[in-house]
Amino acid sequence: MASGHASTAPALLVPEAPGLLGLSGLGFNRAQSIAFLVMLGVLLVGPFLLYPVFLMKLLCFALFACAFNLLIGYVGLLSFGHAMFFGMGGYVAAHAAKVWGLTPELAILAGGVVGAGLGVVAGWVAIRRQGIYFAMITLALAQMVYFFCLQAPFTGGEDGIQRVPRGALFGAIDLSSDLTLYWVVAAVFLAGFLFINRIVHSPFGQVLKAIRENEPRATSLGYRTDDYKLVAFTLSATLAGIAGGTKALLFGIATLTDVYWAMSGEVVLMTLVGGLGTVFGPVVGAAVIVTMQNYLAEFGAWVTVIQGVIFVACVLAFRAGVVGELGRILKVRL
Amino acid sequence: MLEEILFQLELGLPQIVLGLVNGAFYALLSLGLAVIFGMLNVINFAHGAQFMMGAFVAWMLLNWVGIGYWPALVLSPLIVGAFGVLIEKTMISRLYKLDHLYGLLLTFGLALIIEGIFRNEFGSSGLPYSPPAALGGPPVDLGFMFLPKYRLWVVVAALAMSLATWLVIEKTRLGAYLRAATENAALVQAFGVNVPRMVTLTYAAGVALAAFAGVLAAPIYSVNPQMGSSLIIVVFAVVVIGGMGSILGSVLTGFGLGLVEGLTKVFYPEASSTVIFVIMAIVLLARPAGLFGRA
Repeated sequence: MASGHASTAPALLVPEAPGLLGLSGLGFNRAQSIAFLVMLGVLLVGPFLLYPVFLMKLLCFALFACAFNLLIGYVGLLSFGHAMFFGMGGYVAAHAAKVWGLTPELAILAGGVVGAGLGVVAGWVAIRRQGIYFAMITLALAQMVYFFCLQAPFTGGEDGIQRVPRGALFGAIDLSSDLTLYWVVAAVFLAGFLFINRIVHSPFGQVLKAIRENEPRATSLGYRTDDYKLVAFTLSATLAGIAGGTKALLFGIATLTDVYWAMSGEVVLMTLVGGLGTVFGPVVGAAVIVTMQNYLAEFGAWVTVIQGVIFVACVLAFRAGVVGELGRILKVRL
Repeated sequence: MLEEILFQLELGLPQIVLGLVNGAFYALLSLGLAVIFGMLNVINFAHGAQFMMGAFVAWMLLNWVGIGYWPALVLSPLIVGAFGVLIEKTMISRLYKLDHLYGLLLTFGLALIIEGIFRNEFGSSGLPYSPPAALGGPPVDLGFMFLPKYRLWVVVAALAMSLATWLVIEKTRLGAYLRAATENAALVQAFGVNVPRMVTLTYAAGVALAAFAGVLAAPIYSVNPQMGSSLIIVVFAVVVIGGMGSILGSVLTGFGLGLVEGLTKVFYPEASSTVIFVIMAIVLLARPAGLFGRA
């Protein structure tokens, strides 16, 4: 989406405004530091004001959307198949916790490992084409994974894997209380969020942005762009797997819904609504969409229609997303 | 060993011919996608939804207005094509200056809207649509198997429509304008051709092709709101395999992959739903531009 981000490119050359409270060490500018502190505050106070399970669901999707945004926002690759990592991560984490009896942190990790493995293979195939083809290829690969999950014995087919135990963290801290689990999920989200931020601001991340802006030029400067894209794809898939694994433990269930193409579309929508290529956009987008689904659940199939309308409206009139527009009004990068 | 394979093939012949019928739909749909992509540089994600609309419009014409299959085969693509004109004029035309991915996202949103509306109106279970009387009746004896007349008609109709599309694009003056505009739209416009109108009509034609396939599909598959969405993902894979460079390439790839899918159903049924995706991965590794594509 090179054209959409052309305006951010020169900013790479301009020194950033100093950060707050040493948060510039995380790569945040001043506005991002403030936004980060606000987000931390919401994370801390949230479970006492809102239903923790709702917040946890939101955080799982926020991490999923951040992982997706790493690709579209910073490498310019639109993956239309991220549900395969999210869903498979969920299945494997659920299987690990239920059948192998692993502790929750290991189960989530297993989800991440599977996401990574799947990411290497899918990425290896998909990065051979760019742009629209890349989107179609990832979508097709995800559909293949969906059919695999439909038939494989361990996924339980249409029933999914049900009654997955939350277990005890490190074998010691019982997670059956929603509030205890909340802190774990919040920690997973925060770790993933900061990790992505670290990647984006590393020299590696700069090369990714260079590829997004002008791939032939990056190649001519001596970078093996395919290798960079594959690593970014794998990292994104890993985090998506972790998000899926966390969600499976949270609800105690892993189903086909999470590997279906509609889920791939949903994460695109979240990121688009929040703002492609912004740090906080995916989080805000996930919050908007999850909240909307919660309140509109009674309308049944109309939710799909509303999501479609939001898609169309965003593409036609609101391409910068909530956070992007906010940044434009305040004249800061968020 | 060989005898066993031959025996299996003989038992599986109906499956293989049915694969050809599926291939007819892959061919028609990938053809429409290729026509639209060539001119608009947009991957029409709503293609599956428009295919479904074609089937539904045929059903509505029959049940609400009493218009039968044959007129519907012409009317339904016209109606859905007109809907395509509306979409192109009001939405897609605003995106030509942006990254191509926005076209994909927009049409994905449109697909969600269309499918959601039809699901609300008609539910998820399918509606029956019987084949026309002329194509009902006893199956045709092909010597080695009996084939229902209607399925034979689907293959013939898809081939004829593909041939007609090829003739229009390769052999007529309009087709020459189209091909020229694909190469250099600004220059063709400078010669006095109304390129924006041509773009609109191209989109409508591609959409009409999808609706035509939808009417063909109505008597075979039950008419339901989801009939397009899973099909379109397979068609995307078909398009990646064939490349969108040539019309004949799309048609050949479509029929070929339908056949391969049919064969897989005979020899290894578990893989029949994934075989096309596996082929896509192999083709990408060996020949990234696709079988008929230009890199």
